[in-house]
This record gives sequence, C-alpha cells and structure tokens, in this order.
Amino acid sequence: MTEFTPFPALVGGTLIGIGAVMTMLFLGRIAGLSGMISGVLSPTSAEDWTWRVAFLVGMIAAPILIIAVTGTTPDFAIAQDTRLLALGGVLVGIGVTFGSGCASGHGICGLARLSPRSLVATAVFMTTAIITVFVSRHIIGA
Amino acid sequence: MRHLAALAAGLVFGLGITISGMANPAKVLNFFDFFGTWDPSLALVMAAALVVTAIGYRLVLARRAPLFDVKFYVPTSTLLDRRLIGGAAIYGIGWGLVGLCPGGLVPALTFGASEPFVFLAAMLFGMTVARMAPSMIMTRVKPA
Repeated sequence: MTEFTPFPALVGGTLIGIGAVMTMLFLGRIAGLSGMISGVLSPTSAEDWTWRVAFLVGMIAAPILIIAVTGTTPDFAIAQDTRLLALGGVLVGIGVTFGSGCASGHGICGLARLSPRSLVATAVFMTTAIITVFVSRHIIGA
Repeated sequence: MRHLAALAAGLVFGLGITISGMANPAKVLNFFDFFGTWDPSLALVMAAALVVTAIGYRLVLARRAPLFDVKFYVPTSTLLDRRLIGGAAIYGIGWGLVGLCPGGLVPALTFGASEPFVFLAAMLFGMTVARMAPSMIMTRVKPA
C-alpha cells in the first residue's frame, strides 16, 4: 500500500519535464534513459560518451542531494527475490532495446512530440505492465 | 560547458524522478494495480511532465540548433513494426514484475539497497543479448 501523493507527483513531474526540455535545449537530445545507458555501453564517439555520463552523474547526484538536504532517504520498497529481479531486469533490457525506448523516452519525450511510434509503444508497455501486475498479484499471488 | 549542461539536465531530471516516486517500485506497481491497491500518483507525474515537455519542446524545436550542439537529434522513424510492439510488450512485463524502469533505476542506485544493482546487471545483460540477436541470426543464414 502506498499513499496517493498529488503534490510530490505534480512537482516531480514538472521537474522531469523541465529536465527533458533542458536536455533538448542544451544537447538536442531526447531524455530517454534506456538510450542514454545503451549509448554509454556502446558509444559512437568519445564526445557522445561523455555527455551521457555527465547526465547520468547528475541523475545519481539528485537523490544524494535530496538525502543531504532533508536527511531522509526517499521511500523505496522492492521485491527481494533475486530470481524475480534478474528476470525483470533481463526483460526490461531486451524490451527497451527492441522497442527503442522506455517510460522516459517513449512515455514522456515521445508522447510530448506526438510520435506515433511512442504512442503505440507506451500503450503496449502500459497494458502489459498492468496485465503482469494483475496476474502476479491477483491470480498467482491471490 | 556542454558537460556541465548535461549534468544540470540530469540533476533536474533525477530530482523529478526521485520526488515523484518513480524510483520507488512499490509506488509504480500500485499505479498498475487498478484492481487492488491503486495509487494514481503516477498519472499526475506523467500529466505534469507531458504538459511541460510538450510546451518546452515546441519552443526549443523552433530554434535552428540546440545551445551546445550543431543540430537536434530527434527520431524521425514512423515505422510501427513487430520489433517496436514486441519490444514494448516485453519491456512492460519486466516493468510490471519489478516496478523499475531504466529512469527509476538510476536514482534508486543511491538508496543503499542491493536490489537495484542486481536489476541493473540483469538489464545490461538483456541489452547486450538483444543487441547481439540480429547479428546472430545473420550469421546463421550465412552459407558455411
């Protein structure tokens, strides 16, 4: 059970949007994390590698800054079963590679510019995620 | 300057992910759980992010070039193929199993839990396998 948190949701969402717009204004790039990480693994040039690393360093610094300022770690609860974590991770890795994006690249940046590929991808991954949660929580886990 | 700009963009983006709850798998899974403990927070996260990004992109993409590069790198493909749909379907299953997406994963690495690192290693493995798959198929059809 997690509480409905409208205020942090709106503030956080707005910051995500500002971050995505900054990425486009400064670098001319989509703020898609699967592409960002995949580009670090296999860069096309040194210059292409360093801006991605800088972006990821900024993202890692963000919660550290929050923890330093507020003194509390953000809420976090995750399944502890290693096999489940591994299976989920592998599926996400394969899926974002074939699907060319994830929640940030398709779900936010792509939808914001009305990309037909992103509209379809977002509808599909939202649907399979909802089905997966339904099956794992209400059929298998019931 | 370019790298400082990338760092700043990543910082703001990461603050947004962390504050919104996108880096908390329990919250993400509850958003997907319409028939159980539904938490609508992420709908507001997406709505706010979409409005800001849509308006911001409209202003930024009217420029001739970004500030620290010679051009915009915006995907232009409109191909709706099995690769896109199949990939998105597989991604959604993985996201629904654990509650972590690549964007939520990165800030979650700092929370002092080991689980995000297991997920990261598995995700990098999946990315590598998926990238090798087409070339493996190519090799198989090549005459010996």
